[in-house]
Amino acid sequence: MAIFVDENTTVLIQGLSPTSQGKYHGLRNKAYGTKVVAGTNPNRAGTDIEGIPVYASVTDAVGATGATASFISVPPKGAAAAIEEAAAAGISFIVCITEGIPAQDEARTYNRLKRDFPAVRLLGPNCPGVISPGKCNIGITAGEIALPPRPGKPAVGIVSRSGTLTYQALYELKQQGVGVSTCVGIGGDPVPGTSFIDCLEAFEADDETSAIMMIGEIGGSAEEEAAEYISHHVTKPVSAYIAGVTAPPGKKMGHAGAIVSGGKGTAQAKIDALRAAGVKVGQNPTEAGEFMVELLDALS
Amino acid sequence: MDLFEYQGKQYFARFGIPVSAGGVADTVDEAVAQADAVGYPVVVKAQVQVGGRGKAGGVKLATNAEEARLHAGNILGLDIKGHVVKRLWIEHASDIAKEYYASFTLDRSAKKHLGMLSAQGGVEIEQVAATDPGAIARILVDPVDGLGPDQARAWVLAAKLDPEAVEGAVDILVKLYRCYVDGDADLVEINPLILTPDGRVHALDAKVTLDDSASFRHPEWDEFRGFEELDPRDALAREKGLQYVGLDGTVGIIANGAGLAMSTVDVVSQVGGSPANFLDIGGGANADVMAAALEVINTDEKVKAIFINIFGGITRGEEVANGIVQALGRVELSSPIVIRLDGTNAEEGREILAPHASDRLISKPTMLEAAEAAVGLAGRA
Repeated sequence: MAIFVDENTTVLIQGLSPTSQGKYHGLRNKAYGTKVVAGTNPNRAGTDIEGIPVYASVTDAVGATGATASFISVPPKGAAAAIEEAAAAGISFIVCITEGIPAQDEARTYNRLKRDFPAVRLLGPNCPGVISPGKCNIGITAGEIALPPRPGKPAVGIVSRSGTLTYQALYELKQQGVGVSTCVGIGGDPVPGTSFIDCLEAFEADDETSAIMMIGEIGGSAEEEAAEYISHHVTKPVSAYIAGVTAPPGKKMGHAGAIVSGGKGTAQAKIDALRAAGVKVGQNPTEAGEFMVELLDALS
Repeated sequence: MDLFEYQGKQYFARFGIPVSAGGVADTVDEAVAQADAVGYPVVVKAQVQVGGRGKAGGVKLATNAEEARLHAGNILGLDIKGHVVKRLWIEHASDIAKEYYASFTLDRSAKKHLGMLSAQGGVEIEQVAATDPGAIARILVDPVDGLGPDQARAWVLAAKLDPEAVEGAVDILVKLYRCYVDGDADLVEINPLILTPDGRVHALDAKVTLDDSASFRHPEWDEFRGFEELDPRDALAREKGLQYVGLDGTVGIIANGAGLAMSTVDVVSQVGGSPANFLDIGGGANADVMAAALEVINTDEKVKAIFINIFGGITRGEEVANGIVQALGRVELSSPIVIRLDGTNAEEGREILAPHASDRLISKPTMLEAAEAAVGLAGRA
């Protein structure tokens, strides 16, 4: 089955122009086999860009093509408005990879979506996107490093807060010959639209997913909350890796969300919480991949 | 960006939050002139971004020009926990009847804004939270609704501020919220928020952290820059547009992506080394970016080996390899490099690097092996 996106997902690219990031990534996603059906750009309505028809607004594009998902990579200034436009136009799954959206915009948009469009799922911002290998890829993940589920073999669902470590996780599993049902990068910003818990819940319910690999990092309490959720609601085996064990307090490590403040959000606290919930936590991404293989072997 | 107290007060004033009259001084003469202008008694305050400056002798009351001169002379150049005082803020001394605490920041679990208000101000709020958590009144503000006077009044009553402070506090809290939201701050904190004997409420201190992501809509923030306390390595990294955090060790680290960079720092420590920095070159690892990163690391005299850890996603392996080779032609490095290159087109990348391999440029297939090689060159911690 996969979660969030599959072979039936139809995608539109917001802010499509001949020079936009959206075009670059959108065409890569299309080449992977993703059903990219439309783009939006008020200045280029009625044209097409490399075979992708362009509409003036998301509403027009949805009306004409029935697109269900939207891909946003517009600059930070316009990203929050683009998310709200997509939600209002009836898109049910929004992927926003834009990095550097002001925190105030992010918090306001998150709460507006929760209130006015509770059925809409936002992934990101500042995330690599989502890939259901072999079916659909929305975002910047290099499709070739993701191994599709193999017939008769258990597949793993991945959820990660960090971009490059998401690729690392996919790569570790590929090295081990383990297929992936869906890999979700939830992003490293303080207010992610989709949380670890949202993904854990979806993976737990997904027939195709046999086990879950989780990649976390310092800052906030999302991993601790995920651990709590796992101990009560997740029956599938989970392996994890947490980045930032040696990060000094008070310094932002790249992501706006990755900071240890007031003794909260340390890697050790997260590792302890996950271990207490029965999760196998690796010291590095490779070890987390090896633990996953052990967990899958124990299933068969 | 963290603001100094005087900058925070200037920022507060823009949003109509009452602060004491005062001025900035970088010399003793300027300090006396500012003190004469605001009127005695004045408080001479060290401008450093570190707590505990009062205890360290960085805040003094002066009742006349001689005292102002004496204190300014003593405080300028004072070392407060490694921060040398270069600037003073001179303000008119306030009579204090009561000290409160107020702040806004994001509650990441609730995904709403968290306001904290306490009748026990003037001390560290962490201490109050630990010893008497009931003394802090918290509210969650939905960013869609914002904070209105009625909600603020209920909050002030819940915090049990003195009755004569209620209206003044409500006014300030609503303005402080506007400063936090419209001013694009990650944190605004007033400690202490004071009640004067004549019943006025105002901000005696200001702690403001601005959200750097919102710089594009705040050209006025430029005036706050230039006086930031930056490590020279941090300053160069910022100039080059790199995400850099200086640490104390001997292994210089360059990685693409914040998570991978953090993980690289961890792995170097795990194999017994000591990381010199966190440096994220982001997605586009071209020659310019790579040369800039190597240049920043090269200025760090403690560095004995450099570990470049790249996982190609969008960034293709051959681009990274070409970037490294070109960068090596531009920067004279004092330390050997260990490279681990994986992901998209990693094979092609390794082929490009192969002819350049030497004991100054070593390729390793995995993150762990590369970390061990780099630590072997740099020495264990």
